[in-house]
Amino acid sequence: MTTTTSHASPPAASGSNQPLLEVEDLRVTFGGRKGPQFTAVDGISFSVAPGQTVGLVGESGCGKSVTSLAIMNLLPGRGNKVTGSVRFDGKELLTLGDAAMRDLRGADLAMIFQDPLSSLNPVVPLGVQVSEVLQRHRRMKKPAANKRSEELLGKVGIPDPTRRLNEYPHQLSGGMRQRALIAMALACEPRMLIADEPTTALDVTIQAQILALLKELVEESGTALMMITHDLGVVAGLCDEVNVLYGGRIVERAARHELFATPRHPYTGGLLASIPRLDLPRGGRLNPVKGSVADNIPWDEGCAFAPRCNSVIDVCTQKSPDLAPDEATSDRLLRCHNPLTTDASDSTQEA
Amino acid sequence: MSENTSGSRWGDKKKAKIDSLAKSTSKKDDEGVSLLQSAWRRLRTDVVFLIGATIIVLFILLAIFAPWIAPHDPSAQLLLDQVRPQTNPVPGPQEGFPLGADPAGRDLLSRLIVGSQQTLIVGVFATLGGLLGGLTLGTLAGGIGGWVDSAIMRVVDVMLSIPSLLMAFSIAAVFANPTQWTVILAIAIIQVPIFARLLRGSMLAQRHSDHVLAARSLGVKPAPIVFRHMLPNSLGPVIVQATLVLATSIIDAAALSFLGLGNPDDRQPEWGQMLGKAQDYFNTYPHLAFYPAICIIIVALGFTLMGESLREALDPKSRR
Amino acid sequence: MTQTANDAETDSGAEPEVLLDVRGLKVHFPIKSGIIFGRVTGYVYAVDGIDLKIRRGETYGLVGESGCGKSTFGRAVLQLEEPTAGEVHFAGKDLASMKGEELRKQRQHMQMVFQDPLGSLDPRQTVEQLLLEGMRAHGLTKNRDSRQRLIDLLEAVGLPRNALSKYPHEFSGGQRQRIGIARALAVDPELIVADEPVSALDVSVQAQVVNLMQDLQKEFGLTYLVIAHDLAVVRHMSDRIGVMYLGALVEESDADDLYGHPLHPYTRALMSAVPVPDPLVEDTREQILLQGDLPSPANPPTGCRFHTRCPWAQATLCDTERPELRELETVETSKGHRVACHYAEQILSGEIQRRT
Repeated sequence: MTTTTSHASPPAASGSNQPLLEVEDLRVTFGGRKGPQFTAVDGISFSVAPGQTVGLVGESGCGKSVTSLAIMNLLPGRGNKVTGSVRFDGKELLTLGDAAMRDLRGADLAMIFQDPLSSLNPVVPLGVQVSEVLQRHRRMKKPAANKRSEELLGKVGIPDPTRRLNEYPHQLSGGMRQRALIAMALACEPRMLIADEPTTALDVTIQAQILALLKELVEESGTALMMITHDLGVVAGLCDEVNVLYGGRIVERAARHELFATPRHPYTGGLLASIPRLDLPRGGRLNPVKGSVADNIPWDEGCAFAPRCNSVIDVCTQKSPDLAPDEATSDRLLRCHNPLTTDASDSTQEA
Repeated sequence: MSENTSGSRWGDKKKAKIDSLAKSTSKKDDEGVSLLQSAWRRLRTDVVFLIGATIIVLFILLAIFAPWIAPHDPSAQLLLDQVRPQTNPVPGPQEGFPLGADPAGRDLLSRLIVGSQQTLIVGVFATLGGLLGGLTLGTLAGGIGGWVDSAIMRVVDVMLSIPSLLMAFSIAAVFANPTQWTVILAIAIIQVPIFARLLRGSMLAQRHSDHVLAARSLGVKPAPIVFRHMLPNSLGPVIVQATLVLATSIIDAAALSFLGLGNPDDRQPEWGQMLGKAQDYFNTYPHLAFYPAICIIIVALGFTLMGESLREALDPKSRR
Repeated sequence: MTQTANDAETDSGAEPEVLLDVRGLKVHFPIKSGIIFGRVTGYVYAVDGIDLKIRRGETYGLVGESGCGKSTFGRAVLQLEEPTAGEVHFAGKDLASMKGEELRKQRQHMQMVFQDPLGSLDPRQTVEQLLLEGMRAHGLTKNRDSRQRLIDLLEAVGLPRNALSKYPHEFSGGQRQRIGIARALAVDPELIVADEPVSALDVSVQAQVVNLMQDLQKEFGLTYLVIAHDLAVVRHMSDRIGVMYLGALVEESDADDLYGHPLHPYTRALMSAVPVPDPLVEDTREQILLQGDLPSPANPPTGCRFHTRCPWAQATLCDTERPELRELETVETSKGHRVACHYAEQILSGEIQRRT
């Protein structure tokens, strides 16, 4: 039970790899003063090591994107409060000055966004946008930077990169734009890449190309990848370690094989049961999670998921569950009073 | 109004501006009440809006209660005995007449106070007239589309390409006996293309929206689609524009009166007309022009401030 | 015309009648240049010749990637987009030849569910007004029990009664989609075209709406045309599936047979690209990565439209002749499994291997 066969290190044990990014008790609160306060990220901790892919999974409003923006120091300055600690290579990012942060962003720490069109400057040719990054962070001369840009575009699978260098973002398709964005993110060979729903706006065949590219990147250059997505299918193929988020908190963390084989949190289980699978025989009804995030109760009154949960017991609405090592499987962290049984096919609940 | 000298290029710029306005505010009601509520929450604490609103409320109160506030009858030539056409044509300030009198011996302060009435009437009716015409044309163009749209919009474009004040002069000059209503009519007409283009723009955006498509697929008849779905959802930017137009119509009315195309009968005072009549004494008695000009500027500023902050509050892009 | 009516009748003994029969449907959007006198400089071939039949009570799933023309097809079926050519026979009548009032009356029988639940609901109308609008348009509110009808509708889609007086923005995404479905049901339609009905929703809510649509189909005997990019969702909901690529069907089959025996190279690539939420499957499966992007529908490739990206493309035929949708003469595939590929047999038998 305690042994893990996968190549990913179990979350509780300390891996041999020194983590590159360490997020500790990150909390992001919006509003306040006059308006109602809203805690989007409610004490999230995780770490990412070089060559490791860590996934943050959850539905809209679970705080996954806010987490990434907080790490990158990209939240709008007013109207929010960020506490906790984000250490990158031992350096605290939350208190880092704007100038130092700018130097870090793009160079060591890069980000890919969901919408490639609005992330690119529409009036500047692609080549200029990529080589600007190189000129700024790598102090490259213009001709060298241009040459390198061309290489990068070729590397991310953009055909005919020489011609593409002079084209504007609107002349490219969605998939090409996302590749261009990845090329920009990779320009300075960042040690850490944060990808926020990088394939959500793309078609599945293009998504497959982009995911293959990201996988290759992690394997070849040992980049640390933080993958934010709502798609459990993407996670299953890519992430070493998966954090399932609900209502701004991590509810379950496990290596991917363990997580998908025996989901322990009812929310994880519910998500998996909600998805029709292409590889299984048809027929039968889906088993959705009932209600919507609007039904959540505040975490301090119990478990936010309790109103939607099929395994709810009395204590769920009385005491807030802690994120603790799971006793039954001991291969994961779990925030649940009444987890699903370890035998996935057995539907009876533990008391 | 200095920019309206340079012909049709300015017309193009104006068109582009109107179109962008239509785009920026036409989506504002995606979230219905909650958006209006959030707009109101922002407006309540918006200093610019509060200043504008205060000015306008004071102005409207002044116009309503002018007869009771004014110390004297604005048309009574009370200081006529002090008017000396050769040596002292304008009686200066004195007890009971803090701003002095005009060349006909009428109390200047009372004329300014009562003048607010006519100014308000001109502004409101000219804007309403423009709004009515613009709504009609815009609804026809945006609602029916096709060649009706093309025909109306070409006419509107031609009107926009003529500097608006020049057009107002031409319209007002057609009438042999100008009255207050000629001024109102002339200014209303020059506002029509602005409203028409704005409304048509946001109605076109609505035409391609999913909820209009949904109504079509339900089998709702064309007229109810226009009046129940497209029009109500397109009015937002038009209403904002109306506030801004109020300011320009007051200024334009003043300009017309100043050039003698307004109401020649000066027993009923009006700020623009007072400004016009003060021309003859501008070198020697500038205060005659100064006071009505200040009044016009303050009121126009009030409407502009309110309109701008209204637009900003309703623009989803500027929401935080 | 009379031919079809006869066909439908003779068929009805063995199989349910054909409710929707689309023949050679084309929608070409003109590309205009010039400001005043728009000169047509080309066409976007959004839908370029589609034939399909949907039987009463079945769910037909139309799957394809963005830009393949599937949404345009759905709208053209409902005559919300004017077809350039082709016929759309609905219960024996050709909708494409109808105009104005005649067409409007037909809309009672065919409804649409939209992708964006909020955008497709007028923000200024309450749920009651939204639901009543279609009923009024078809004179269904004349008898007095329209109030009861509204409550029944809400119950059918799983919304509380007090929803009637609320506005769309006061609901969550899933609930809004339920309102959209209730609005479509209000006029008692036979056919519902659902254009990406769940893709704007969260995963857990998606499943709720999928289940709801299946329940409603059973309860009211509805016929569905489900248009979506998500093959897994389409396969789950549909009896028959059509795969679209660049304005045309490339494969059509029973839902089970499509996964068991995908024949067209594009279908294979599409299926191999859909991520499966199971690491064991993900680690072992072979992906067919396509090169490049979808060609522009304004300038589609000659011959087979997929040949520019096809890993099985051959030197002859593929780039010169457009393949017809045809049934294969093999025992492996089920009846009615049609594919538009010149070399489907050879690919199936392994005679032609994929280039890697």
